[in-house]
Amino acid sequence: MLTYTLRRLMTAIPTLILISLIIFLLLDLAPGDPTAQLPLTIPPEVREQIRQSLGLGEPVHIRYFLWLKQMIWTEPMFYLSESASWINTPDAPRLISWQTRAPVLDTIFERLPQTMMVVGLAYIVGVLIALPIGIISAYKQYSVFDQAGTFVSMIGFSIPPFFSGVLMIILFTVMMPNDSFWWFPSIYDTTLVIDSWENFGKQVRQMVLPVMVLALQTTAQISRFMRASMLDNLNQDYVRTARAKGMTESVVVMRHVLRNSMIPVVTVIALGIPAIFGGAIITEQIFKVNGIGQLLIVSIQASDVPMVQTLTFIFAVLIVFFNLIADILYGILDPRIRYD
Amino acid sequence: MTDHSIDTRDDAPARNQWWDVWDQFKTHKGAVMGAAFFIFIILAVYIGPYIWTIDPTYIDVRARNQGPTWTHPFGTDQLGRDMLARMMAGGQTSISVGLTAMGLALFLGTLVGVLAGYFKRIDGLLMRTTDLFLALPLLPLLLVMVMLFRQPLSASFGPETGIFILIVTAIGITSWMPTARIVRGDVLALKEREFVLAARSIGTRPGKMILRHVLPNVMSPIMVSATLGIATAIITESALSFLGLGFPPDFPTWGRLLFDATDFMQQHPERVMWPGLAISLTVLSVNYMGDGLRDALDPRIRGL
Repeated sequence: MLTYTLRRLMTAIPTLILISLIIFLLLDLAPGDPTAQLPLTIPPEVREQIRQSLGLGEPVHIRYFLWLKQMIWTEPMFYLSESASWINTPDAPRLISWQTRAPVLDTIFERLPQTMMVVGLAYIVGVLIALPIGIISAYKQYSVFDQAGTFVSMIGFSIPPFFSGVLMIILFTVMMPNDSFWWFPSIYDTTLVIDSWENFGKQVRQMVLPVMVLALQTTAQISRFMRASMLDNLNQDYVRTARAKGMTESVVVMRHVLRNSMIPVVTVIALGIPAIFGGAIITEQIFKVNGIGQLLIVSIQASDVPMVQTLTFIFAVLIVFFNLIADILYGILDPRIRYD
Repeated sequence: MTDHSIDTRDDAPARNQWWDVWDQFKTHKGAVMGAAFFIFIILAVYIGPYIWTIDPTYIDVRARNQGPTWTHPFGTDQLGRDMLARMMAGGQTSISVGLTAMGLALFLGTLVGVLAGYFKRIDGLLMRTTDLFLALPLLPLLLVMVMLFRQPLSASFGPETGIFILIVTAIGITSWMPTARIVRGDVLALKEREFVLAARSIGTRPGKMILRHVLPNVMSPIMVSATLGIATAIITESALSFLGLGFPPDFPTWGRLLFDATDFMQQHPERVMWPGLAISLTVLSVNYMGDGLRDALDPRIRGL
């Protein structure tokens, strides 16, 4: 198991380095000039100095290694030195956003809790709904429930989040009377502090719509996958053996079949986590959640290169990390994979 | 193979295998309905403007913000432009982007898949590249690409063609990976078959071999990923337009129309429905079509 994990880890690191290079070079090709937004009255030599201060004077490869060093050494050391007093604060400059002039990662850590709350909860809700649907659909294949499940997941695949989100707002915010229990706010209020039951209720209510939109997507995918995986296992010989030994139907399905069918599903659940962050970009935009997706859009519109580079790199790290987790989980759950 | 020869001796002349595929496709009700709806949408957006001749950019301020009437069946927007005409114009762009981007993704995916499967020497390199692309955060990168290359491309090709090229290329080069993987797997299996050995033994060159013997046999997975590719391309384009990073505002696409309509969601919720329904129904019909096509092209199911 250890060699298997190490081997996976060894492929993940060069992938990440290559991705960081691609992201850096792509943004470096940017024809836009970061000083273009500044007033025209600034004389050219001052403009040149501003460019130098943004670190644009160096050649590409030096800037890339500088950025990489800041990403994987300076920034982690800075956060370590804040939490543990015996580590010295690094004296190298931190990654600074061109737009806000604040350290990039501080801004990202401010935004992260909102994204995690909405996206994380939506994913958990989606998975919890999807698993029973998938199990029942497979056990009662071609029943009314299965047909309905297929149709609902087709809809979940086909309605993009930017339409389902807007539809939810129309149904639950615009058309619903304001005093009804079913009225939900369409704008996420980040300043809300949860210090009482009333505010907790408010928080829950404002999370309902974005969570529903994101959970619909997750449910559609995972329930299909669960169903297919259950169907693969239901006709296997070991199931007939279990039944022949006189086990009750619930033991056969819940203990024997479910355990074996969960192996691929668990890895799909792990693989879906980074994708949901990508989908959250749109959902955050609709419900005005100021998470990292919204931060990315704002930074792209403002041509804030360091912020965009860092955010895209973080998304890439998430993908590679969860791919690694999925691989390792598969190796733990299914020993046959390890000896590949 | 054997029942097929008995069939032909019994009654009809020899049948093309695509007729069998069509017979199987017809038994899948959802797929037939999906295909019919997709053809209807294509006809509506490409032929429709010749019948419904109102100019989608014609501004009639007196008739602004109208609900559905006989003169404007879908109503008008905040500048009095006819929504039906705008939906057709927007659909043309959305469907064209979907089809072209799918074509590009399919071409790249098939090329990489066939080369990787057929030539062992470059297999490792090509598949590592595919894995690398799969690990890229696609939506953020798409947004970044649009932000970076929008200006230079619209400067050299004009705002509409420039953005069209940009979006099609961006979607194409970020969505070829699944096709490449499927095609490679099929090519690897095909290479071990006897007919390939026979063809090689009479001295067929690799280029000819790929075109005559390999490609026709991997057509079915390519066609299935083509239908799914249209769906993802339409959704991606609409998502970009919805985030305000797609086509320019005066150039409607379904995503752009939806984005513009969200500002008037309180007063005119019906205006959101038209583009949203058009996107969702098109994608739904294409998905059903792909589902039926997958069954129809699978010989194990077709025999039954």
